[in-house]
Amino acid sequence: MSNEATVHGHPEVATTHDAQHDEHGEHHHHQSFITKYVFSMDHKMICKQFLITGIIWAIIGGLMSVLFRLQLGYPDAHFKFLEDILGSKWAKGGQIQPEFYYALVTMHGTILVFFVLTGGLSGTFANFLIPLQIGARDMASPMLNMLSYWFFFGASCVMFSSLFVETGPASGGWTSYPPLSALGDASEGSKTGMDLWIVAMALFVVSSLLGGLNYISTVLNMRTKGMSMTRLPLTIWALFFTAVLGVLSFPVLLSGFILLLFDRHGGTSFYLSDIFLASTGKALPNEGGSAILYQHLFWFLGHPEVYIIILPAMGLVSEVMSVNSRKPIFGYMAMVGSLFAIAILAFLVWAHHMFVTGLNPFLGSVFVLLTLLIAVPSAIKVFNWITTLWRGNIRFTPAMLFAIGFVSTFISGGLTGIFLGNSTLDIQLHDTYFVIAHFHIVMGVSGILGMFAGIYHWFPKMYGRYMNNTLAYIHFWVTLAGAYLIFWPMHYEGLAGMPRRYLDYSNWISFNQFGDLNRFISTVAMITFAVQLLFVFNFFYSIFKGRRVMTRNPWGATTLEWTAPIRPGHGNWPGEIPEVHRWPYDYAKDGRDFIPQTEPLGANESAH
Amino acid sequence: MLQTIEAKEAVNEQRKRIHPHKFTLWVALGSIIMMFAGLTSAYVVKRDQPGWTTFPIPRAFWYSTAVILVSSLTVQMSLKAFKDREMMRYRNLLTFTGVLGIVFVLLQWAGFRQIWASGVTLRGSGGGQFLYIIAGLHAVHVLGGIVALLIMVVRAFAVRTRSYNSVPVELISTYWHFVDLLWIYLFIFFMFIN
Repeated sequence: MSNEATVHGHPEVATTHDAQHDEHGEHHHHQSFITKYVFSMDHKMICKQFLITGIIWAIIGGLMSVLFRLQLGYPDAHFKFLEDILGSKWAKGGQIQPEFYYALVTMHGTILVFFVLTGGLSGTFANFLIPLQIGARDMASPMLNMLSYWFFFGASCVMFSSLFVETGPASGGWTSYPPLSALGDASEGSKTGMDLWIVAMALFVVSSLLGGLNYISTVLNMRTKGMSMTRLPLTIWALFFTAVLGVLSFPVLLSGFILLLFDRHGGTSFYLSDIFLASTGKALPNEGGSAILYQHLFWFLGHPEVYIIILPAMGLVSEVMSVNSRKPIFGYMAMVGSLFAIAILAFLVWAHHMFVTGLNPFLGSVFVLLTLLIAVPSAIKVFNWITTLWRGNIRFTPAMLFAIGFVSTFISGGLTGIFLGNSTLDIQLHDTYFVIAHFHIVMGVSGILGMFAGIYHWFPKMYGRYMNNTLAYIHFWVTLAGAYLIFWPMHYEGLAGMPRRYLDYSNWISFNQFGDLNRFISTVAMITFAVQLLFVFNFFYSIFKGRRVMTRNPWGATTLEWTAPIRPGHGNWPGEIPEVHRWPYDYAKDGRDFIPQTEPLGANESAH
Repeated sequence: MLQTIEAKEAVNEQRKRIHPHKFTLWVALGSIIMMFAGLTSAYVVKRDQPGWTTFPIPRAFWYSTAVILVSSLTVQMSLKAFKDREMMRYRNLLTFTGVLGIVFVLLQWAGFRQIWASGVTLRGSGGGQFLYIIAGLHAVHVLGGIVALLIMVVRAFAVRTRSYNSVPVELISTYWHFVDLLWIYLFIFFMFIN
């Protein structure tokens, strides 16, 4: 019996159930635990699967950063407990060993970039919001959607298992540049760990592609009646462009990985040439390969990837900001246009990661120009967020605070991007802490703040309960202050030329003046990490014990997801899918606080 | 089963110009194109660097090209037969397409062996090594198509449920034409750029 038929059969039953927050709602067909919670094809359940997997990864990845910050802040200290936990190979005498340090930073980057801020962020919110906000019962292909999660799960398992192999996980940096990543003899992490890394990433790419295909065709084909493209909430626009970026760039990354795999095991030399390995004392037979080729293939994904991270956050923030300012988003079409411009430019700037690889200076100057062009759409977006706040009737909900925090970090991190986009300045700044500070603030912190904004805002819709506000406020203020206190000082270290990827600067005369600063950063990092655990507690506690949501539309928002029952069943709306009559940002209009998208136009209104 | 019914209903009640599954396939094809665009541009970039080696185009590739062209024709004819409700003809043509697909992959394999025999192994980073990977990946995509064809053939011969929904047949024929065109592109690319 199909859900739809059931619903049409007993609409009034469905409504009563809904009012009582019945777990089963209008959802009468029988589902076992397995089909409901594990191999679910309901986009809302898949969203939760992505979210919780992402949270677990974020804890692991965050913990890694605490470990290597411990080393950077206290290079001379002996933490006996580390040796007890990690064993004498990785933490001999309680000190983090060089190989382990590299493994930590590599896995921290891989996990946070791909498994948290791509899988966790896009996977969660594209799955949750696309069908609910465009008025669809589910994705275009629920089956592919389910597969997308299970490929992600498989990738997660392989990546997680690589932490436990004898030679350790991949440790050649999250970018896995050859020759280091191509030669098993080059380092411990380039052995089994690297193979597992490639396999996990290949699975991850498949997951992203399956998800992305679905998101694109759902947005373009499954919109409800009246939902024209220009009536889409900005979240959907952002998630749509994100999916396009992923679908076009991930396959190229996969190509690069396939060539890498053949270099590792097939004896080819796509990336290898004229190498003498000190560890084995042997000259390798490989000739004619080009390590730069890998960088091109990698960064052709790698740069769009940062927009894959930031665009969903931008979309979430736009929506949260408009709802909580009780004002229409300023410059809706400019917001869409700038998303589009960013999506195009994303493919034309990859070589700015390669300014110091011996790139032709003329080519470099083209990439400088294109890179700096991104400042234009980014500035448009920032301007529009600020003007949305301007004279708004602001409600400082936790989600709103995180959204404002996002704008703050996006500005301060974006400005340093202008420094780094210049090929001449990059000679000094390349591979220094300045780069670390830049991308952590503009991509890492902004991405995660946007994600938090989304979680706090849509949690009531996901679980039918609220998160605790007090804990949320503590979480926000400590996170924002912590993020700045961690990364702001790194700019100074970077300007002074302090390079990244070293585990101990104490014997380096030029940079041991930063010893105290490093200790400060490490301390703040630990506090900030602890506060994230507060969020994790709040999240899981609220799923079961949070205050119940009693009205359908707790935030007074206009978009369609708030017209669905408090705990929607599979199919989202009992009865007909609502029809859309207006754009999603009718706030403070005609003397009314807000007008839902489903309300027909009044007598004096023109279509919009 | 339940989910498929739901999905179909979800599809039916939407205002639509193109079937979402077909659209999804088109986006997926775009994605596959990006993969091969990445690899062939790597090939072009690499070709201008020192130490580049070439490989002879094996005779088997000409045969395989002919085979995949014919298979494109047969898959189109089977789609037409399906739409005309000539199920017998549809089944036979679909099976024949699958067989041609297998023959194509075998011929590619034979081509690889011919190149290998001429002394081009995986050692090095020239055209031959790229060919093994690019044409190999293409063959993997053809194999994916063959698996899909097999499922369709099994379904067509299981007479229990007779379905006149042409979307799956259209999907497989679109995909099959795509891998055909992709091979033609790659073949021309290898011939002229080598």
